[in-house]
Amino acid sequence: MSANLTPNLGRRKPPRVGDGPLFRRALIGTVLVIGAFLILAPLIVIGFEAFKQGWKTYSATIANPDTRHAILLTVVTALIAVPVNTAFGVAAAWAITKFDFRGKRFLLVLIEIPFSVSPIVAGVAYLFVYGLQGIFGPYFDAHGIKVLFALPGIILASMFVTAPFVARELIPLMQSQGRDLEEAATSLGASGWRTFISVTLPNIKWALLYGVVLCNARVMGEFGAVSVVSGNIRGQTNTLPLHIELLYHDYQTAGAFASASILAIIAVFTIIAKVALEKQGAGRARKTATRPALASNPAEKPS
Amino acid sequence: MKIRLDHVVKTFDTFRAVKDVSLDIESGELVALLGPSGSGKTTILRMVAGLEYSDGGHIYFGEQDATDIPVRDRGVGFVFQHYALFPHMTVAENIAFGMKVSKVKREKAAIDARVTELLRLVRLEGLGDRFPAQISGGQRQRVALARALAVDPKVLLLDEPFGALDANVRKDLRRWLREIHEELGITTLFVTHDQEEALDLADRVVILKDGQIVQQGTPEEVCRNPQSAFVMRFLGDANVLSAEVRDGKAHVGGTAIDVEGLAEGKAELYARPSDLDWSEQGPGIPALISRVLDRADGRRVIATTEAGEHLEFDVAPERTVKAGEGGFVTVRRAKVFAAPPPP
Repeated sequence: MSANLTPNLGRRKPPRVGDGPLFRRALIGTVLVIGAFLILAPLIVIGFEAFKQGWKTYSATIANPDTRHAILLTVVTALIAVPVNTAFGVAAAWAITKFDFRGKRFLLVLIEIPFSVSPIVAGVAYLFVYGLQGIFGPYFDAHGIKVLFALPGIILASMFVTAPFVARELIPLMQSQGRDLEEAATSLGASGWRTFISVTLPNIKWALLYGVVLCNARVMGEFGAVSVVSGNIRGQTNTLPLHIELLYHDYQTAGAFASASILAIIAVFTIIAKVALEKQGAGRARKTATRPALASNPAEKPS
Repeated sequence: MKIRLDHVVKTFDTFRAVKDVSLDIESGELVALLGPSGSGKTTILRMVAGLEYSDGGHIYFGEQDATDIPVRDRGVGFVFQHYALFPHMTVAENIAFGMKVSKVKREKAAIDARVTELLRLVRLEGLGDRFPAQISGGQRQRVALARALAVDPKVLLLDEPFGALDANVRKDLRRWLREIHEELGITTLFVTHDQEEALDLADRVVILKDGQIVQQGTPEEVCRNPQSAFVMRFLGDANVLSAEVRDGKAHVGGTAIDVEGLAEGKAELYARPSDLDWSEQGPGIPALISRVLDRADGRRVIATTEAGEHLEFDVAPERTVKAGEGGFVTVRRAKVFAAPPPP
């Protein structure tokens, strides 16, 4: 019997299905080459072009009042749009996963729409809703509130585009967690708020943060929708992505690349945060080991 | 605390989960709600807890109408089937949670003392610092019980408390839960689909089918005197033989059994495997042994009657029976119910 235990050293093992050496090398090689040309090369070019004329030009471009204003506007937009969308995402995920109501499926589809619709459509739609010829435009105008071609419009457009990010991260997680924990907390005498703070939130915090990071990256980088509603007024309604385009069209290549490098740096930090959060179990790699599979809703399967 | 359900009804969308259930649970009693899935037992438990509201009827805790008291204020201890321990809190924090969030303010030292006391009660001393993911399923179930008991509930409600555990742990926990119940004397209602668990543990068993109570009583009453074919079947293995009622006797293949209060005509005879025996010579129901299954505590014989009905029964280990042998099945005791109307 011991003969069976010696490994077949000399023998060539047949490859697993789809694991032929030639096929394997060709596929990996193709993906690497395409990845390098498509993703890596442009990033390197940004860094290269931004610093081509030296650190001085770079810092001068960043210090330019218009650029500084664009950065500030982008940060302010993110500071407002991200928290609002986070609150919306948590509320939507809570409603969808913990309640049964009519139109639940519709709400799920509705939340996903910004993912499938081109941002420019959102921008144009906002023009029709809040523009002077639009539905609410005359009302706001009469009260001296400027929505379009001003900060409110930029924030609204950014929020439309990023509305699904937080909710999408939370819904599958909260669905798999079910209502048991909240029911347990409430049966032990906890109030709704207390249950949310000490039971729900700690169990969704990593997924929540993951959604916030992605949402923030998208808000800061949003171009299409914002471009329509902001009016591109230099030093007033130009966010960083719009500013980059403007600089580029003005043949200020160094300035455009320097500004672009800021967005690229934000992207790098976003990726680092994303990977770190995925290690905590957020995003795609969710660990379920700490919790047994829960019946999603006892009310739906009475026994 | 005495609990009374008075004509309780619950409907999910169009599905009637609970149909007009009335039930009295005496103070300090340990009652099992037993039924197959879909019988409404969990829904009843959740309504008593306040996790589900009834669409009709009333639920009384003592003299108080608790029907509309929210779960938070109802003062019940609920143990979930999958424990529902808070995964980000230690065992001690889980147990202390109810005392911390309670409207009744407690000193931290008092909470700690109570946690220690409860950990001792559920025999988990020294595990207070562990997280739920670091302990076994049986231990988690005990933590869930300690957590529910920490707030001094009026009633203890357990949903399939041992459903997710393996057989050996189940038996231990069953005995242990009975001991805890005797020690604390708290009114306890638990849900199970496992008849053995219900019969082993409960003072009284309430058997449910399709949202209605079909029979209730002590384990002895329901076992010795099942009032319907459903209860007979649900409580354990049962052989079914079609019979004919004539002159106050049920006739099956040459054997007659006295029956009372059954109309003449077709009927079904139910017998447990231990209610039947085997003899080489008559009288009895002629049958042919088709298989013999050897088990640790005896030999189970599967036989086929002349009418083609299969019977299972146990014989003593030293009996020499073989597949292919013919003989007679004798009926020691049996229950006869009217045959169900043809579909």
